[in-house]
Amino acid sequence: MSVFMLLVVIAVLALVGFVVGRQRALASAAGNIKEMHSLPVYYGWHGALMVIVPSLLALTLWLLIQPLVIERQLVGYFPPEVLESSAARTLAMADVRRVAEGLDIAIAQGAMTEVQADMVRTEFGSVRDRLAEVGVALGAEVTPQVLAAAQNYRELAVIGNIGRSILTFLVALAGLIYAIRITNKDFRARNRVEQVVMALLSLSSTVAILTTVGIVLSLVGESLRFFTMYPWQDFFFSLTWSPNFQGGSDLGLAPLLWGTIYISFVSIIVAAPIGLFSAIYLAEYASPRVRSVVKPAIEVIAGIPTVVFGLFALVTLGPILRDWIAEPTGWGNSGSSVMTAGLVIGILNIPFVSSLADDVINAVPQAMRDGSYGIGATKSETIRLVILPAALPGIVGGMLLALSRAIGETMIVTMGAGAAAKLDLNPFEAMTTITVKIVSQLTGDTEFDSPETLVAFALGMTLFVLTLGLNVIALYIVRKYREQYE
Amino acid sequence: MSDASTNPSDVPHKSESLLVPSKLMRRRNAAETRYKAYGIAAIVISLATLGIMLFTIFSDGISAFSQATLRFPVTMDAATLDPKGNRDIAEMTKVTTIGYKKVLEKSLIDELNKRQVAVDGVSEKDIGAFISGDAPARLRDMVLADPSLIGQTIDFSAFATGRIDGYFKGRVTMETAKLDSNISPEQLQLADKMKQAGILDVRFNPKFFTNPDASDTRPESSGLGVAIIGTLYMMALVVVLSLPLGVAAAIYLEEFAPQNRFTDLIEVNISNLAAVPSIVFGILGLAIFINFGGLPQSSSLVGALVLTLMALPTIIIATRASLRAVPPSIRTAALGIGASKVQMVFHHVLPLAMPGILTGTILSLATSLGETGPLLLIGMEAFVVNYPSGPLTGGVMEPATALPVQVYAWAARSDPAFIERASGAIIVLLAFLLVMNIVAIILRRRFERRW
Repeated sequence: MSVFMLLVVIAVLALVGFVVGRQRALASAAGNIKEMHSLPVYYGWHGALMVIVPSLLALTLWLLIQPLVIERQLVGYFPPEVLESSAARTLAMADVRRVAEGLDIAIAQGAMTEVQADMVRTEFGSVRDRLAEVGVALGAEVTPQVLAAAQNYRELAVIGNIGRSILTFLVALAGLIYAIRITNKDFRARNRVEQVVMALLSLSSTVAILTTVGIVLSLVGESLRFFTMYPWQDFFFSLTWSPNFQGGSDLGLAPLLWGTIYISFVSIIVAAPIGLFSAIYLAEYASPRVRSVVKPAIEVIAGIPTVVFGLFALVTLGPILRDWIAEPTGWGNSGSSVMTAGLVIGILNIPFVSSLADDVINAVPQAMRDGSYGIGATKSETIRLVILPAALPGIVGGMLLALSRAIGETMIVTMGAGAAAKLDLNPFEAMTTITVKIVSQLTGDTEFDSPETLVAFALGMTLFVLTLGLNVIALYIVRKYREQYE
Repeated sequence: MSDASTNPSDVPHKSESLLVPSKLMRRRNAAETRYKAYGIAAIVISLATLGIMLFTIFSDGISAFSQATLRFPVTMDAATLDPKGNRDIAEMTKVTTIGYKKVLEKSLIDELNKRQVAVDGVSEKDIGAFISGDAPARLRDMVLADPSLIGQTIDFSAFATGRIDGYFKGRVTMETAKLDSNISPEQLQLADKMKQAGILDVRFNPKFFTNPDASDTRPESSGLGVAIIGTLYMMALVVVLSLPLGVAAAIYLEEFAPQNRFTDLIEVNISNLAAVPSIVFGILGLAIFINFGGLPQSSSLVGALVLTLMALPTIIIATRASLRAVPPSIRTAALGIGASKVQMVFHHVLPLAMPGILTGTILSLATSLGETGPLLLIGMEAFVVNYPSGPLTGGVMEPATALPVQVYAWAARSDPAFIERASGAIIVLLAFLLVMNIVAIILRRRFERRW
């Protein structure tokens, strides 16, 4: 039975639980709701929950454990040298799984019968070719061990699936019977249901923690693996970046970090004044009508996917900068450059800076403006001498947040900044960033056992720490230096 | 006594008229105008850039929706397509697309001769090169599905190749054709004549929405089919996964959670997650869901899981804001008539907060619709030609792409015809976003209550 069918079965049993639970409670009170502890619907929900919660839990656990158990069973098929390194082991298991899936597909398409799939041997001809006929492309010829393991895998999977169905069904049934037996008019169904609901609610609120834990674990784990293969001193202090999948690569962080910082710097030079001045205009000068049109219009920029900005950088802005500025002045001849990416990220960040600045400017109390106007200051003097100083911590915090967004931006730099890792001051030169290299090291066919691939996790770690640090500093500044009015 | 009156020379411009602005006042007023001008300039710059960007995308991309198409009668030559003449499918599958290409080529040349279009020294092979590489395959599928077509003459429409198409859209000119090994100016002149003869025309191309991606050499037959399916699968999954989870978490944190270290930790986590760069979520997806969890690479399921994790913080924050907006009087009234706390929340607070929650969810869905970076890491930039199967038969586990990723993949190709396609894909993407935002605005306008 497929997982989907199992879910259908659980749903049907839950429905039964709902109807029977409700009916039983009503019957035990002879249809008089006033005699029951809870409203009838709670007895129904109790029945349904008793079916759903334990059976789903059992199903999830089974799904998590089954692959591990099967993997352990298949260990015997592989020579010990494969089992020693976890990477080789994962690869071998992936091979087995792919061959097993291929056999499944072949059966589904009628190219093989169930018996043939169990009987096929490498001695009879190429299994790879036979699987290729049904559209399963395998990287290499199937070895006898892998084939045998795959066949065993299929057998075990069949057994596992039957066990899974039986277990889930039994658990669901047990829940149903329990709920039916316990239900009578004095049973405190509402309290029980509310307890379960509360448990589910608090469980879902831990997803945020689980995500963070997942991020940290995946970054730290793989980074540590990277640092066992590649010295950390070289990663942090080497000045060259030249990955080479044949080995012997230089994986220095410095050029990438420099590119990231340079591009973010250019972007903040663009975004800060434009965002700040548009916020000042909208908050202090614009009439409500103008504001109600212009503010959403600026925020449209924030709603446009970054890949659109990336295409704009690649197709429009990059060539313009190259043809009009870089080539005539002899500064460079590349369409993708620090300038291109920086300008476009700056544009992307304008609404971000502007809405943050708008918020903090609006938070400055009107009394301070009125006081300033009262002693004869003009609007611009009020802005410069009263409002901006009062709003400064918020504005600085906003700039730091914008900087952190610029550092983490991926698509615009991937499409607009170039791929050459170099330490250079010329803004019309193509440079690259941490995010670009994460993408380029991890896309395509990659195997997770070379430092060239794993370096992406160390880069991700650096990026994570960098942006998180900036965010923490920004929030700290905002909180520490915020003027408390009222 | 003030300082000013003891030192009269410090009080300037005593003799000047009040009606004429003093020098200082003029300077101050100039500063005033300057500030205003800066503000207007900043707004004009940002809106103008937005306008220019959208304009270039639209002017590049709108032509992706139409395509130069050849229409001519094709005579299914039995001698080529079914050499043994017994209409046996097994025998006929041995005829590859090369055979069908010959049939198409011959039919096109016959049609040119019939309409008396002067070929002017364009070789037969170069005429054959007008026909897109996917036409023979399509014809072959048609014939294999219905062998009785052999020997008949049917009306067939095939895309012209990308260069011919580009010529009618202004991307390819006589000058560039001279330098291009794939097309010659003579061919372009012939294309003009074919257009006059009515064999070739540029028309709306619905296949742009339905075809899967195509290889580098035939941009004309590439389409958004797989990307749209993948995007729809992901969006559906993201809603199913993130809405209940996000709302439940928000309800717990806003209504029930005790003030303690654990809930503080959760709150700090949520606000930090909202600021984590999206690419990091891609790394998470790759390490946890693919490498550790063994889920298939490039599948819409993994994409949806990653986007769900990204969307959750925003959904939680939006939901909490709209729960908070429900006035306390509603809560006390519900408790006052004997509702339990859970009943109060689910019967009264949540329904009232629902419009706000849905608006927030749609907006965060719109953000994740345009997300590209993390999807690249989980392999969704792969070249996928097969449509994923239906959602109930495991289609979410099969390789797919998404609209923004397709934009990136096309932008990375060398043929400029793909830039047009990438811009066209962006138009489709923006249309999706526009619809979602309009729905969110309508929801907010119609159902949001001010207390």
